[in-house]
Formats: sequence, C-alpha cells, structure tokens
Amino acid sequence: MRKRLWFWQVVLLVALFGFWHVATHPDLIPPFVWDNPNRAAFFFGEPVKIAKVIADWFASGEIYPHLWVTLQETALAFVIGSALGLVIGLWLGLTPFASALLDPYIKAMNAMPRVVLAPIFMVWFGLGIWSKVALGVTLVFFIVFFNVYQGVKEVSPVVLNNATMLGATRRQLLRFVYLPSATSWVFSSLHTSVGMAFVGAVVGEYLGSAKGVGYLIHMAEGSFDINTVFAGILVLTIFALVLDFAVSVAERRLLVWRPTQGETEPQL
Amino acid sequence: MTASVSLEKVTCTFAARSGDGHYTAVKDVDLAIADGEFVSVVGPTGCGKSTLLNVAAGLLRPSSGHVRIHGEPLAGINRRAGYMFQAEALMPWRSALENVTAGLEFRGEGREAARTKGEDWLARVGLAGFGDRYPHQLSGGMRKRVSLAQMLILDPQILLMDEPFSALDVQTRQLMENELLELWSADRKSVIFITHDLEEAISLSDRVVVLSAGPATRPIGEYVIDLPRPRDVSEIRLSPRFIELHDRIWHAMKDEVLKGYQQTRNRTTS
Ligand SMILES: Nc1ncnc2c1ncn2[C@@H]1O[C@H](COP(=O)(O)OP(=O)(O)O)[C@@H](O)[C@H]1O
Ligand SMILES: [Mg+2]
Repeated sequence: MRKRLWFWQVVLLVALFGFWHVATHPDLIPPFVWDNPNRAAFFFGEPVKIAKVIADWFASGEIYPHLWVTLQETALAFVIGSALGLVIGLWLGLTPFASALLDPYIKAMNAMPRVVLAPIFMVWFGLGIWSKVALGVTLVFFIVFFNVYQGVKEVSPVVLNNATMLGATRRQLLRFVYLPSATSWVFSSLHTSVGMAFVGAVVGEYLGSAKGVGYLIHMAEGSFDINTVFAGILVLTIFALVLDFAVSVAERRLLVWRPTQGETEPQL
Repeated sequence: MTASVSLEKVTCTFAARSGDGHYTAVKDVDLAIADGEFVSVVGPTGCGKSTLLNVAAGLLRPSSGHVRIHGEPLAGINRRAGYMFQAEALMPWRSALENVTAGLEFRGEGREAARTKGEDWLARVGLAGFGDRYPHQLSGGMRKRVSLAQMLILDPQILLMDEPFSALDVQTRQLMENELLELWSADRKSVIFITHDLEEAISLSDRVVVLSAGPATRPIGEYVIDLPRPRDVSEIRLSPRFIELHDRIWHAMKDEVLKGYQQTRNRTTS
C-alpha cells in the first residue's frame, strides 16, 4: 500500500515537471495563451534550465555558503526564539499578576505583522545575519510563548500535588514538573516554529542582505532571470523538507513518553 | 498515647462555584488515627472525603479547626505522610523507575543509590523489568502499583490513600488490596484509606468511619473491625463475622444517607 502510494506520488511529480516542460519550452507545442512562443518561458521558466542552474550551483559549490547562512539564521532564530518563549511563558504562566498586566501588550505584538519590523532590524543589526535572526525570533517567540503559557496553565494539579507530597520544593516543582510539561508543548509546536524561523530568515534575506538563498532569489529577480528565481525556490523547498524531516526525527526521540495512537497496552 | 493523625473540629468552607454563596463541605470533624492503625473512611461520593484527606496532608488549610501529627500542630505540607491520589498522578514524561525514584531525587539522594532502591521497590510491587516503561505504556493497575511504590519508597509514617483502587476492575482490585495489606503488615504504618466501597473498607481496616452525606459532612459512626489478620480480602468477605459487620454498618449508613438526602431535598424545596 505504502509502496503503491509512493509510486503514484513519484508519477505525479514527473507528470507535473513534464507538463511544465512541455508548456514552457518554445515551439514544442503551438502557443495557446501568448502569441510569442518565448512568453511562457519568460513567466514560468523552463524546468531543464532550472535543473541546470541548480546542478551548476552544487557542482561549483557556489550555493553552499548561501545555504549555510540561511541554515545558521534559521537555527539561531529557532533557538533564541524558543528560549525566550520558554522563559517568558513560564514566568507569565506562574505569575498571574504579570500575565494580566502584560496581556494586552502581548496580544497587540502578536497581532502586528512582524514583517514590517524587518527594516527596523536592518537599521539596528545591519545587513548581516543578526537582522534576519531578529525577524525569525519575533515569529518563533510567540508560537513558543503561547504554547508554554498554555502548557503551564494545563499542568495537572494532581501531578503537582503528588510531587509536592513527594517532597518537591517550589524550585523543584518548576524544574521537574513545570519545565518538562512546558517543554513538551514546545516540542509539539516544533514543526511550526522551525518553519517560522525559516520564513524569518528567507524573508529577511530577500528584503536586504549580501548572502543567503533569499538573497540569491532577490538578485535573480532584479535581472529578470526567472530560471534562477525558480531554482532558488526549489532549493528552498527541498531545504525546508529536509529541515522538517530532521524535526520529525528529533520529535520521535524526544517525545517517546507521549502516547501514540495504535500502540497496544500490555496486559497486567 | 498521642494519635498519629488527629483532626480536631475541622471545618472546610469553599466559595461556591456559582454566585457568591458558600459551601461547607465538612463541619466539625473529629478524627483520630492511632499509630499503626488502618482506618477506612467511607461516605457517599461528593461528601468531602478527599477534602478531609487534603487537610490531613497539609495541601488544604481548614477554614477552622486543627490538625495534629503525633501531637504537633501541622504547618504546611505534612512531611511524614505519603499520599496516593484518586486520579492519575504519575509524571507522564518520566519512566516508571524515574517516577518511583522522584521523591528520592527531590531529597537529593544519589542517582545510583536511588536507582537500586527504585528497582527494588518496582520488584516489590510486582513490576520488575517494567522500569523503563512510560505511564501510558502501562495498564491502569500497573500505574497504581507504580504510585504505590513511589509513595512507599520514601518510607512515610502515615499513608493517605484516596480511593486508590476505585478505577480498577474487581480482580485487579482484590489483588492490589491483598498486596497492600501484605506491604502494610511488614511495618504497620498508620493508614487513612478513603473509599466509597463498604466491602473494601471492612476487609482492609481495623476501624471504619462512616461519614454523613454533604453538606456539612461529619462522622456518623465508627466500627471496630475485629476480623483476624492476616486477611485475604476475597476469602474474608465470605466469613460470617464480615457479613454481620457489613449488615450493621450498611443499615446505619443507609439510614443516614437517606436522612441526608431528605434534608437536602427539604432545603431546596422550602
Ligand atoms: N476547591 C473547591 N472549591 C469549591 N468546592 C469544592 C472544592 N473542593 C471540593 N469542593 C466541594 O466539596 C465537596 C466535597 O468534595 P470532595 O472532598 O472531593 O468529595 P469526595 O472526595 O467525598 O467525593 C463537593 O461538593 C465539592 O464540590
Ligand atoms: Mg474524592
């Protein structure tokens, strides 16, 4: 069943690229939208040329520094954003006064479209990686923050009482009950927050930088080089898929204690 | 002799969940448990059994009244007591062994020593080899065993047990009751065992305390259970003395429960 699904997924992919190729390659089929046979290729690129751009990038090694920069920005934004979200989420989750006081501000900051901060971050942190990291952090922070806050609120009072009766001090409750419970909520939002860190990095690069895959796309766009734009997009997509896969692997290792559906329970 | 646990005129009043009224769950409760005594507290659901146990544990401060532990007034958490909760209380992110050794870790005991002790306790509750399972990978009965080991590993002088086996099926439950009695008989700790099941109460205890229906719950009867030990909980239920005791307590309980029911009905209609 799985194999068959796989097979058809590959067939669909090949068909998609085949259609793309046939529809955009000049003079392969009679033009049906535009009179000029080169128009389709101008707007949509040509898969063969795109593949060549990508192959050249990897063959010459030109792409690696850019990928490395994007990866660094993503990782930093994720780690810093998660750490901030965890600490502040724990703090506000445990101090009702502070959370009541800051509630409207947090709502406002979360409602604001964070991309508009990009120019400010450029001014503050320059065109290097840190302005992109900052943008990613503002995106990751809120996801993690809300999850941790929720996680703290939903810690089972019975588990807390039990730990208290077993002799846990307030600090130990924080470390052995609230923190693991909150971290599990961070992990449950791992896919979204890594995705957001990635979006922050790429959008930041696109809006102004000297390195990164987003910068490559921006440059190619400036010279109407649609094939390179598509090549960049494809590389980013594959990069995102790899990242997502890595997250799934990490998740499986970190959340072994989580019940998964279909697992049988041993009989007493 | 000073009692191991004594509640003196304990009253607990809660703010009502709706509106601004008050609800007095328990009123003027006196209850004393001697050293090494196994006392069961029975009463209808919602009458305030858990509330009383939380007071004895120091998790809840009574609105008025006092709690003494070995004669000393209780301030804060009752450090001499172990508590087995009615609901799931294990930390789901910790394996069975890590759950059992949690209390030792809180005390700052060494990892290796704690581990050895934990394995030993897991074996004693019949879970040898299950140490690395997570709570969701264990059956309900196994989780209760882990909770039992988690409590007993700290060697508390007083055991507070809140309907610990009520969620289990009859067979598992009787198995666990026998195991509890066996573990208890080894060093005779003082036990307050909450249950709504009269048969369970009689077969385990030295004394059964019956509570009236809420609100303003108070003890309405105390019965010494003079059945011989060691006991087998499923066999002892067939003995004539057990049946006699059961009849007596059940009649008293039924009358009181009906009376309580009548009272609440009159109050709501008048
Ligand atoms: N924190 C609380 N706030 C308000 N009412 C409560 C609270 N805890 C318990 N009660 C009420 O007190 C009564 C006794 O509760 P409980 O001790 O849990 O009963 P039992 O354990 O006998 O089933 C119930 O009517 C319950 O609704
Ligand atoms: Mg209860």
